[in-house]
Amino acid sequence: MIQVNQVNKTFQLGDQPVHALNNIQLKISPGEYLSIMGPSGSGKSTLLNMLGLLDIPDDGEYWLQGCDGLALDTVPMDEEVRARYRRDHIGFVFQSYHLIPRLTAAENIELPLVLAGIPPDERKERLQPIIQRLGLEQRAGHLPNQLSGGQRQRVAIGRATIMRPKLLLADEPTGNLDSHSGAEVIELLEELNNDGITLIIVTHDMDLGDRAKRKIRMVDGEIVLDKSREQEPS
Amino acid sequence: MRWQDWFHLVFSSVRYNPLKSLLTSLGIAIGITAVTLLTSLGEGVRGYVMDNFSQFGTRIIAVMPGKDDTSGMGGMLSSVRFLTLGDAYSLERLPHVDYMVANVQGSGPIKFGARSRNTEILGTTSSFQQAWDFPLASGQFLPVNRGQVSSAHAVLGQKVKQELFLAQNPLGKFVRIAGQRYRVIGVMQSKGSMLGFDLDDMVYIPADRALTLFNREGLMEIDVVFSAQTTSSKMAERIHEKLIERHGQEDFTLITQDEMLDSLDSILSLLTLGIGALGSISLLVGGVGIFTIMTTNIRERSAEIGLLRAIGTSRNQLLSLFLGEAMLLSFIGGLLGMLAAMAILLITSIFAPSFPISPNPIYLIAALLISGLIGLVSGIRPAWLASKMSPVHALRNE
Ligand SMILES: Nc1ncnc2c1ncn2[C@@H]1O[C@H](COP(=O)(O)OP(=O)(O)OP(=O)(O)O)[C@@H](O)[C@H]1O
Ligand SMILES: [Mg+2]
Repeated sequence: MIQVNQVNKTFQLGDQPVHALNNIQLKISPGEYLSIMGPSGSGKSTLLNMLGLLDIPDDGEYWLQGCDGLALDTVPMDEEVRARYRRDHIGFVFQSYHLIPRLTAAENIELPLVLAGIPPDERKERLQPIIQRLGLEQRAGHLPNQLSGGQRQRVAIGRATIMRPKLLLADEPTGNLDSHSGAEVIELLEELNNDGITLIIVTHDMDLGDRAKRKIRMVDGEIVLDKSREQEPS
Repeated sequence: MRWQDWFHLVFSSVRYNPLKSLLTSLGIAIGITAVTLLTSLGEGVRGYVMDNFSQFGTRIIAVMPGKDDTSGMGGMLSSVRFLTLGDAYSLERLPHVDYMVANVQGSGPIKFGARSRNTEILGTTSSFQQAWDFPLASGQFLPVNRGQVSSAHAVLGQKVKQELFLAQNPLGKFVRIAGQRYRVIGVMQSKGSMLGFDLDDMVYIPADRALTLFNREGLMEIDVVFSAQTTSSKMAERIHEKLIERHGQEDFTLITQDEMLDSLDSILSLLTLGIGALGSISLLVGGVGIFTIMTTNIRERSAEIGLLRAIGTSRNQLLSLFLGEAMLLSFIGGLLGMLAAMAILLITSIFAPSFPISPNPIYLIAALLISGLIGLVSGIRPAWLASKMSPVHALRNE
């Protein structure tokens, strides 16, 4: 469960303050599928980074439910605690993949396991089904620059999910992909959501945004629209 | 993180851009080569000098005229008495003395027939040959002096013999040394040179005759070789007493060989350390190189750092990864430098075997440790910066 209360974030651009998040109020239940849309510069990435504990709000509260079921306000958390929380509970997928160029596809996927100090046998056990599911059996030993964009993004998804997080955040995951591989990536993400992961996607693509069960629209750092498909008369 | 994985990650980033990594470690490599070569040279020179000085053993006391720590020049000039052959023979009769060698040295022409040569002339006593264990090639060495003026006998060094007599047998022949007639009674075997001093280009004549020849009143040095039954300090004590008794004052200087070797050794060791330190300046330059490259590296790789932070790499893990890279680069440099130095030493030992170089494994290990340390020190700031980057900021900086 996610609960965001009265969160603000201001950046200083030159001498111009930019209100990237303006009094954000948001509640997300486990297993939801959200899309965040809005014009460029409206604060979508800032919101996502905040939800992913990469960024800290200036004020307000951000409650996250830990694995013990207890909700914690993450705003005063120490950076090292956040890092650990990110590793264990949150997966990120970025527009530009962010793979480590000198590690193979398989090594990129298992990186969070390596950081967590999990021994190779167990890593292999957890890696195998994921590589199969991503359809990367033939590519596991390749370096990122030997992979197509779609394959790279699938590697990134593998890395984001190998720790079995509860929350998966994707910032324009199809932004660099053609429509075919974009659709494949989205299908993969939706499958994961069907398995129970909370999925939040930032996108500029209307069709893609419409597929989400709950749509949020942002303008100038404010949530101007938050609607669930259930409420829609269809 | 398990250490094997840590090593794999560190190694993979160093290997990813081999040329860049190699260039980065080059500074350290050159520094280590310099330090290794310089210290090997220093050690070599030390060993060479020490060998030369200790080849005659350590149970030696040298007596020289004059005392250099008396106060005031006037007193010294007025009252100095020369070391005479009488002094020398009185020392020879002291207990525990194995050999006494009196020396007076000069140079001059030696002639045989039409051939002539300028050589060192050493006036010495008959014990010279046994004391220093210089083997004879033929004939005999100078005979023992019986208290009267020695006969005009000469012993030739190997080179002098070859230059003057070619293939002829010189024994019994007469040569002219600084105008005086001497009969050749022996020839020394070749002994090579010691500290640049050619021991074969030398003529030996009785010390009393040399004093007259050079028109000197005193000996230059009396060497006393004593037996193992006494100690250096006790022996020095006895010589001291004897000469005071004869001269009435301390107008001579005693130098014991072990004292001399000790101070020589510490001077030369210090010298080795000094030139080693000089070489480490280039190591410092190498360290600055690693620092620079690592700092720019971190700027270039900020997206990667952001990603690592995003997926939960702790600050300490990030710090250790970047420190590991700096240390590995530096260590590779150290290893390369050491190999280069060994190759140079090997080539030198093949083409100039007499060149005094002796690589000391302690210095080699120290050089490797130092290179790792330099990597550590020069990597600390860049790695610290990397670990301090805010994840969002790092991710935005693409
Ligand atoms: N680190 C930062 N420093 C300064 N300004 C920032 C920073 N991060 C974001 N901003 C500003 O905050 C505002 C919101 O940025 P954000 O990246 O969240 O927009 P976005 O909705 O994701 O836009 P886009 O669709 O183009 O990705 C922008 O005006 C941006 O310039
Ligand atoms: Mg954005």
